[in-house]
Amino acid sequence: MNKPLAWGIGLAALVALPFVYRDPYHLHILVLILIWSFAYTSWSMMGRFGLVSLGHGGFMGVGAYVTTLLWNHLGVSPWIGIPAAMLCAGALALVVAYPCFRFRITGHYFALVTLALSGIVLQIIIATRDYTGGSLGYTPERTKGSHIVALQFDDKVVWYLIALGVWATGLAIWYWIDRSMSRYAMEAISEDEDAAAAAGVNVTAEKLRITVISAVMTAMAGALYGQYQMFISPDTVSGIAVSLQMVFAAVVGGIYVALGPTVGAIITIMLAEVLRIGFGTKAVGWDNLVYGVLLVLFIIFLPKGILGSLLAWLKSPSKHKDG
Amino acid sequence: MMEIFDIYLLEALVNGILLGGVLALLALGLNLIFGVIDVTWICYAELVMIGMYGMYYLFSVYGLPYWVAAPICILLVAAMGAALHFLVIAPLLSAPPINQLLATGGVLFVLQSFATVAFGIDFRNLGIRLPVLALGEMHFSYARLLAFGAALIGMVAVYLFMTRTYTGTAIRAIAQDRQIMALMGVDTKKIYLVTSALGGGLAGLAACLLVLQYDVHPFVGLSFGPITFLICVLGGLGNFVGGFVAAFLFAEIISLGGLFSDLEWGYVLAFAFFIVMMFIRPAGLLAKRS
Repeated sequence: MNKPLAWGIGLAALVALPFVYRDPYHLHILVLILIWSFAYTSWSMMGRFGLVSLGHGGFMGVGAYVTTLLWNHLGVSPWIGIPAAMLCAGALALVVAYPCFRFRITGHYFALVTLALSGIVLQIIIATRDYTGGSLGYTPERTKGSHIVALQFDDKVVWYLIALGVWATGLAIWYWIDRSMSRYAMEAISEDEDAAAAAGVNVTAEKLRITVISAVMTAMAGALYGQYQMFISPDTVSGIAVSLQMVFAAVVGGIYVALGPTVGAIITIMLAEVLRIGFGTKAVGWDNLVYGVLLVLFIIFLPKGILGSLLAWLKSPSKHKDG
Repeated sequence: MMEIFDIYLLEALVNGILLGGVLALLALGLNLIFGVIDVTWICYAELVMIGMYGMYYLFSVYGLPYWVAAPICILLVAAMGAALHFLVIAPLLSAPPINQLLATGGVLFVLQSFATVAFGIDFRNLGIRLPVLALGEMHFSYARLLAFGAALIGMVAVYLFMTRTYTGTAIRAIAQDRQIMALMGVDTKKIYLVTSALGGGLAGLAACLLVLQYDVHPFVGLSFGPITFLICVLGGLGNFVGGFVAAFLFAEIISLGGLFSDLEWGYVLAFAFFIVMMFIRPAGLLAKRS
């Protein structure tokens, strides 16, 4: 069976799914997996080229909060609010990333600068508590008019289809970058910036382009998450914890394969959900504790991620000891 | 009118210097780990948080005097630093930097949720109200003065340790060249462990000082973790003097920003300053221009 056909059948099956099976809880988990998969895929667009950003929690927060603030305070529809939020995230990415790339801030430095960025977005959300509700969180106002204009739907099937569409678009963008000249330029840059520059690659421009694409997509994920959950708080859509969660999931799944981040989202969300239900409401924090320990063990023992390790193992069965 | 304004300004300036002492201490610990082991402990501020809980339990629950509780707390966090290295960093020393970063990020999750499970999410404090020093019309809290003094003593002690002892010299040598020192007969594993314990100890000292001024809760690390990373990058990762200078610059901005508006806006200002400085001095404050 050829590849496009397999993709087509898979996608058709996913579209058909809610019309056959519509258990609200399972659909809810699926919507969450799709939205987060899209966010993790966005992160991996940079991550696969060695640009380790810990600032994506910040971009996600910008996406969610700008959209909701525009709706609640100015009555701007999310159809305009989401692009505006994406624009803001893109501008923020430019302002932070340009000096980083222009002056060759890479590796640890880049990770720390972006880490601070997500911390600062969190501080701003808390500092402007008069508008954003601070650490208590924030709810988009229920619409009295059209559900479509407000992008608020009670039916989980609608959300499932929206999330599926966005997720598939994310994969399409991944594929498009994978086939473009940018991919080769970025791979050359991640190997050796000087050599890439000498070969005529505009290092700063290439890195900026991928960063802005990644940030804008992440903001979109944040906005969607806010619209779907109808509740956002600094802890769930911004800050260091969210940034780390993204990087983890992507690395657990594998960042060099298109479906890696999706696999990561499925594993981490299912794991969190199983732990949450397993420990019940009495044992607050235990689920996160086990989650954290498992993630550290993952990083130590499966550094290539699950899908990455699996593919490497399939390709070279003789070397499977170190996979 | 102008005179009152100036006095507030002076008070904010001095408070900035006092805050800078503790920030410099935090930055020193992180820089030490980075300079020697080439690893960034994302969970550094969470070690401080655990130390603050340690102080709370030793002082308020077990009733130990502050001066007895503090050294125990420092040793405890130092042991945690060594354990962190032994259990998490050591197996990853040859792994890609992203994996090391993530592993310590995972430890951040673990420590936060451990604190939530073990201590609950209530805000706690020692209940010590140190007097306030009035100097003319300016007011300085003794807690801050004490923190500043202890932080300075801590930093001088580390300086003496690094320059006057064999182990300290070996640590500095490894920071300069990782490969050669192993050939020179220095046991790098032992040095890494000592450095991690030292970094942990500095976090412990910071915890003893911060717990006098701030309430402790499982997420307190998030309020000074990011600023510590900014300081280290601004000073140049692994550059001790740069980190020291940057800590005071940041503390002044936060303190003066807080004078005109909320403390959170002080942080926001500090971040804006940081971005501007990245354009001017991308390799750190004290880096030589190339």
